[in-house]
Amino acid sequence: MGTRVIELENVAYSYGGGELLSDISIKLAPGSFYFLTGPSGAGKTTLLKLCYGALLPTAGQVRILGNDVRNLNRDDVAMMRRKVGVVHQDVKFLDHLSVADNIALPLTVSGRQNEADGADLGELLAWVGLTHRAAGLPPELSGGERQRAALARAVIMSPDVVLADEPTGNVDWEMSQRLLRLLIELNKMGKTVLIATHDLSLIRAAKSEVQARVLRISSRRLQLAGADL
Amino acid sequence: MKFDTDAIRSLIVGDKQADCVVPPSGFTAQLTLFAAGAMAFLAVFALALSLASGRLAAQWGDELARTSTIRIVAPADERAAQTDAALRVLKTTTGVQSARALTDAEQQALLSPWFGSGIDLGSLPVPRLIEVVEHTTGFDAEGLRLRLAAEVRAAFLDDHTRWRAPLVKAANRLRLLAWIAILLIGLAVGAMVTLAANAALAANAQVVAVLRLVGATDRYIAEAFIRRFTIRAFIGAAVGMVLGMLAVLLLPSASDDAGFLTGLGFQGAGWLTPLLIPIMAGGVALLATRVASRKALEALR
Repeated sequence: MGTRVIELENVAYSYGGGELLSDISIKLAPGSFYFLTGPSGAGKTTLLKLCYGALLPTAGQVRILGNDVRNLNRDDVAMMRRKVGVVHQDVKFLDHLSVADNIALPLTVSGRQNEADGADLGELLAWVGLTHRAAGLPPELSGGERQRAALARAVIMSPDVVLADEPTGNVDWEMSQRLLRLLIELNKMGKTVLIATHDLSLIRAAKSEVQARVLRISSRRLQLAGADL
Repeated sequence: MKFDTDAIRSLIVGDKQADCVVPPSGFTAQLTLFAAGAMAFLAVFALALSLASGRLAAQWGDELARTSTIRIVAPADERAAQTDAALRVLKTTTGVQSARALTDAEQQALLSPWFGSGIDLGSLPVPRLIEVVEHTTGFDAEGLRLRLAAEVRAAFLDDHTRWRAPLVKAANRLRLLAWIAILLIGLAVGAMVTLAANAALAANAQVVAVLRLVGATDRYIAEAFIRRFTIRAFIGAAVGMVLGMLAVLLLPSASDDAGFLTGLGFQGAGWLTPLLIPIMAGGVALLATRVASRKALEALR
């Protein structure tokens, strides 16, 4: 894996004839905590997708856990996704499966179903405060509960890195603080965390508890944000 | 094509968890079940037709090839003498196993479909017929014709070649048509399963996307769909095959009075051939779903 979990080097991404991201370079070190901020439509989600191989750069190089994404075949991409936990902005679950089964889905698809039946899942459900919802179906969950379930699903495979796209976008302040605390806990366990958010108050709240670096996308380029945050 | 034993084992054994991951397919599953059943039912008849026409071609070819007819076209008062002369010639002809003149009753029976029963052959200029049965080695038809022309001028040899060939050709064409029907049925099953699989994959696009995002391989996702459609096609075809075989079994049995159609069916080991239909339907479904799922998955990274 080397000293970088995810590394983007002079990356550009174009879509429909327009360049969305240009000359982006970041190196996410193991155990570090990053915020990715910028106005809506700046390209935060696109950058995150590049970070977990959902998109391929039109220029430059993306290395995830030491592998150049261009060299990964479809099976390699699937294996890589088991090591990179992602919390999506619009959380998607399989509505016909219980909350517990949805959280255990990464274990199920990787043939580790026996682990999903063990105590670890119970601990994870307790950690995100969803023990009482384990047997329920995803449509029964509130916005905050969905985000916590998504976080639990993202970390059940003990990934090296957790990427979260606007994890607090649809929840109230109290719930966003709760989610932030969970992400900070993960970071304290040694996971690399990257949170894309436009919520500056969330970043301010985090900075008192964790040493976080803030990256800002502006005019298609990435900058290290200053002390104004 | 590589023989993938793991894929076949996982298809048969299944993966309960993977099966649960994909939600029930609703109408697409029922469509597959019904289409496979209906097609298998038709395939049984096409197969029966193919086997029956094959038997018929062989029978016509064999029986007619081994028999010939000699017509004695002579005035009534010379007919008996000419017939005896022809029989004497036949007795000394190499390759002739037996020869006999048809009786009046037999000739009346042959003409009864056109003239009705109770006709007086003496009042009609009907030639006397001699049935000739060949040895398996056959005889020299041209040589016999020349001898008859020289010794029995009223005798004319008909070795059935002229009208046997189109009959055998017709039976072989019928058999070919039946095989084409089976092929078309197979393609129709493939097309319907592809449509059903595409519909199921489109209806489950979000499920597929989520599975890819959490690290499922293409093979894992595809197999969940492949297993579902292959098993449904197999079960539907098995039911259709059983119903088709029952229908064939209930057809009137072949008899002298009945025509070709009553001979439609299976004989002996032929009854085992429809067992291939569900296996073929399952195979077609497997290939169709594999192609459909591969296409759908390639659209996702």
